Amino acid sequence: MKSSKKTVKPVARLNQTNLAARGEPALWTMGGTLVLGVLMIVSFLILIVWNGITTFYPGKIETVILADSSLVAGEQRRSETYKPTKEVVDSLDRKDRERIVENNGFAKRTLYKIGNYDLYNEDFKWVDEFEIKQKSEPEDIMYFERVEWGPFIGFIEKVEFGDQTRLPGTGLQELLKDQHQKAVARRSAIGEIEKKKISDINYDLEEERLNLKKAELNNGLNSAKFLKVKQIYETKVSALKARYHTLQAEAEKLKQENSQYRLTLKDISGQQKDLLLSDIVRFYRANDLSLFQKLGIYFSRWAEFLSAEPREANTEGGVMPAIFGTLTMTLLLVIAVAPFGVVAALYLREYAKQGYLVSIVRICVNNLAGVPSIVYGVFGLGFFAYTIGGSIDALFYSEKLPNPTFGTGGLLWASLTLALLTVPVVIVATEEALAAVPQSLREGSLACGASKWQTIKNIVVPKALPGILTGLILAMARGAGEVAPLMLVGVVKMAPELPFDGHFPFVHLERSFMHLGFHIFDVGFQSRNAEAGKPMVFVTTLLLIFLVAMMNAVAIFIRNRLNRRFSAGHF
Amino acid sequence: MNTHVEIDSDLTETVYHFQKGTDGTAIDIDKFSLWYGEKQALFDNSIDIQRGLVTALIGPSGCGKSTLLRSLNRMNDLIEGLKTGGRICLNKQNIFDKNVDVISLRKRMGMVFQKPNPFPMSIAENVTYPLKVDGVRNRNVLAETVERTLKGAALWDEVKDRLKENALGLSGGQQQRLCIARAIAAEPDVLLMDEPCSALDPLATIKIEDLINELRGKYTIVIVTHNMQQAARVSDNTAFMYIGKIIEYGKTQTIFTKPGSKKTQDYVTGRFG
Repeated sequence: MKSSKKTVKPVARLNQTNLAARGEPALWTMGGTLVLGVLMIVSFLILIVWNGITTFYPGKIETVILADSSLVAGEQRRSETYKPTKEVVDSLDRKDRERIVENNGFAKRTLYKIGNYDLYNEDFKWVDEFEIKQKSEPEDIMYFERVEWGPFIGFIEKVEFGDQTRLPGTGLQELLKDQHQKAVARRSAIGEIEKKKISDINYDLEEERLNLKKAELNNGLNSAKFLKVKQIYETKVSALKARYHTLQAEAEKLKQENSQYRLTLKDISGQQKDLLLSDIVRFYRANDLSLFQKLGIYFSRWAEFLSAEPREANTEGGVMPAIFGTLTMTLLLVIAVAPFGVVAALYLREYAKQGYLVSIVRICVNNLAGVPSIVYGVFGLGFFAYTIGGSIDALFYSEKLPNPTFGTGGLLWASLTLALLTVPVVIVATEEALAAVPQSLREGSLACGASKWQTIKNIVVPKALPGILTGLILAMARGAGEVAPLMLVGVVKMAPELPFDGHFPFVHLERSFMHLGFHIFDVGFQSRNAEAGKPMVFVTTLLLIFLVAMMNAVAIFIRNRLNRRFSAGHF
Repeated sequence: MNTHVEIDSDLTETVYHFQKGTDGTAIDIDKFSLWYGEKQALFDNSIDIQRGLVTALIGPSGCGKSTLLRSLNRMNDLIEGLKTGGRICLNKQNIFDKNVDVISLRKRMGMVFQKPNPFPMSIAENVTYPLKVDGVRNRNVLAETVERTLKGAALWDEVKDRLKENALGLSGGQQQRLCIARAIAAEPDVLLMDEPCSALDPLATIKIEDLINELRGKYTIVIVTHNMQQAARVSDNTAFMYIGKIIEYGKTQTIFTKPGSKKTQDYVTGRFG
C-alpha cells in the first residue's frame, strides 16, 4: 500500500473567484441595457425638443445665383450629401467633376424653403453646391406669411392704400405695419361675423327647422298644431334672415375696405403677385432683424400656434382645437375609466370568491390590455356609435335623421372607447394596490365592529388610493397618446366646432373633435407636401409630449399629497 | 386551588383547578373545536373566562392559542373553509348562533393585535373610528371619547397636543396603546389581546403591562402571550395550551408554582417550548 501525501488543494486566492460567480458579466449586461435605454429616450427627447423649439425661429433668406443664371431665394433648411447620377456628373465642368470624383461620387446639396407656392408649384427646392455661382443675403428681401398659399419670399414692388400709391422707401415699413394691424383687425372682425354670428343664426335656423319637423312628425302635416308651429317658424325665420342680411352687409363693408389695401410683390426673378394686406399674417425683413425682433416673431408664432385654428390643410396656423380636444377627451376618459375600473377591481379582489372563475376573469382582463387598439376602435364604432348612438338618435333626435347626432363618431364615444381600452390597466393596478393593503389594517377595522363595506370604504380604499391613482395615471398617459382607434370613433382632421359653445346644452359630446396625435399623423403624412408639414410635426409632437407630461405631473402631485397623508413614516 | 389535583401526563384531559360554571363567568367556552379545512386545530376545549379578570393563554408556538382567541370575536370567519364545533357563549349567548350579528359581537369585544395597526388617520380619528362606523356624529361625544379612551390607555398626556397628527408618526409603544384606546372606545365587555407586546421594546412592554393592570376590573381581558413572565405578572388566571388543547387552567399562581400536569410543569419551567 502506497502512503499518499496529503493532496488537499490550497484555497483559491480571493481575486481568482470565478467570474460568473461574481456576477460581473450580468452586472455589465444590466448596466449596459439600462444605458442603452436611457440613451434612446434622451436622444429621442433631444430630437423632438430641439426640432420643436427651433421651428418658429425666423431664419435668414439667401439668394443664390445658379450656374444657368436662374435665381433662387429661400430659407436654408438642411444640407446633405448625395450621389448625383452619372449624366449629371458628366455634364459638369472639369473642376466640379474632379471634386465629386474626389469625394467618391458624392456631392453636397442644400434644401431651400422658397415659398411662393402659387408661382412655382413647390415650396422647397434642392440646390446642388456645384450649381451655385454666387450667394448673397440682400437686406431688403422680405418674408410674408400669408393666410393662403404659404409664405411669399420676395420684395415689395408697390403699395396701394386706397387711391394712394407708394413705392418702397423710408417710412414704408412703419406705415405698412400700422395699416397691417388695422387690416388684421378687420379680418378678424369679418371672421367673428362669419364664424360666430352667422353660424349662430344658422344654428337657430336649423333649430327652427327641426322644431317644425318635430311638429310634423308628432302631429301630421295638416294638424292645427303644425300650422301654428309653422306660422311661428315663418316669422322667426324671416327675422333671422333679416339679421343675416345685415350681418352679411356688415362683413361685406369690411371686406370692401380691406380690398383697398393692396400690395404688389415680386419674387427674386421678377414675377409679380398682387396681394391684399389683410391676407398677410405677418411679414418681416428676414436679413435685417435684431435678436429682439427675431424673438418677437418667434413668440408671436408660438402664440398663434397655441391659440389659433389651423390653416392651409393644418400645415400652418395653430392647433388650439386639437389641444382642446385632447384635453377634453383625456379628462372624459379618466372620468369614465376611474369608477369603472376601480369598482371592478374592488369586486374582484375584495368580494369575489377566489377560484377558477376569478382567475379566468383576471387572465381575460390582462389579455384585454394586449388587444390591438384598432380593434377597440372598430368595437367603439360598431357598439357605441352605431348601436347605442343609433338608438339614442332614433329615440331623441328623430327629427334630425337621416343626419346622425349620436349615431356617428364623437367625443363621447371616443372617450368611452379609450376608457374601454385602458380599463385593464386600471383594474390590474387597483387590484395590486388593494392586495398591498396589510391584512392587519383590515383586521383592525373589522375588530372595531366595522362591516366589510365600512372597512373597504374607510381603510382599504384610502390606503390603496395612491396605487389606484398610479394606475389611472398610466391609463391616462396611454389614452392621451392613442390615435388608431380614435380615427374610427370621432377624430377628424378639421373640426368645424368645438365641443363647447354658447348653445344649449353648452356641452356637445356628440361632436367630432381634433386630437394632437391625429394632427401629427395628418400633417406629417396626409398633407400635400410632407416637407412643409415636417416642422409642424415636430412642434405638435413636442406639444403632445408636454401635455401628457403636464397631465401626469398634476396627477402625480395629487397622488403624492395623498401619499403623505396616508403613510407617514413608520416608527 | 381548592381542589387537589394529581400530576397527570395524559394530554387529552384538561386539568381544572376550579370548577366549570363558577360565578362571574364572562365567556363560557364549551367543547370548542375548530378545523382549517381538513386539519383540526382545536380539540374540545372547555374553560370559563371570569368576568373582570385577566386571563392569559400560554403555550408553545402553533398550539392554537391565537386561534382560540380569534374565535372569541369570530375573526377567524375571514378564513375560507373554517369549521367549528362546540359553543362559545358570551353572557350565555352562543356567538356562533345564526341570529348573532358578528358586527355587534365584535363591538362588544375589543381586540388588540400583535403588531400595532393604527389606521392611517389622525390620532383622534383612530380612537373615534369604532364610534364613527357605528354612526356617531356628535362632536361632543367624539371629543369626550377621545379624551376618555386616551386617558384610559395612558396615552393622553403624550398626545393631547397633537391629536390631529397622523397616528403613524407615533412610536411603536404609543401606537400599541393607541390601539388599546381604540379597542376600548366602543365600551366593550371583553378585551382580547393577541401578544400585544411581542413587537415592542422592554420599556414599552412595561407600560402596556401597567396599563393592563389598570384595566383589570373594568374589562374582562384575555391575553395571549409567549412570555411566561408576562403571564405571571399581569394575569389572574392562566390556561396552558398544547397542540390545540387546553392542558391546564387555573389561578396563575397555581399554574406557575404547583402545576397539575407534567406538560405544564415542563413548559413553565422552560424545559420545552
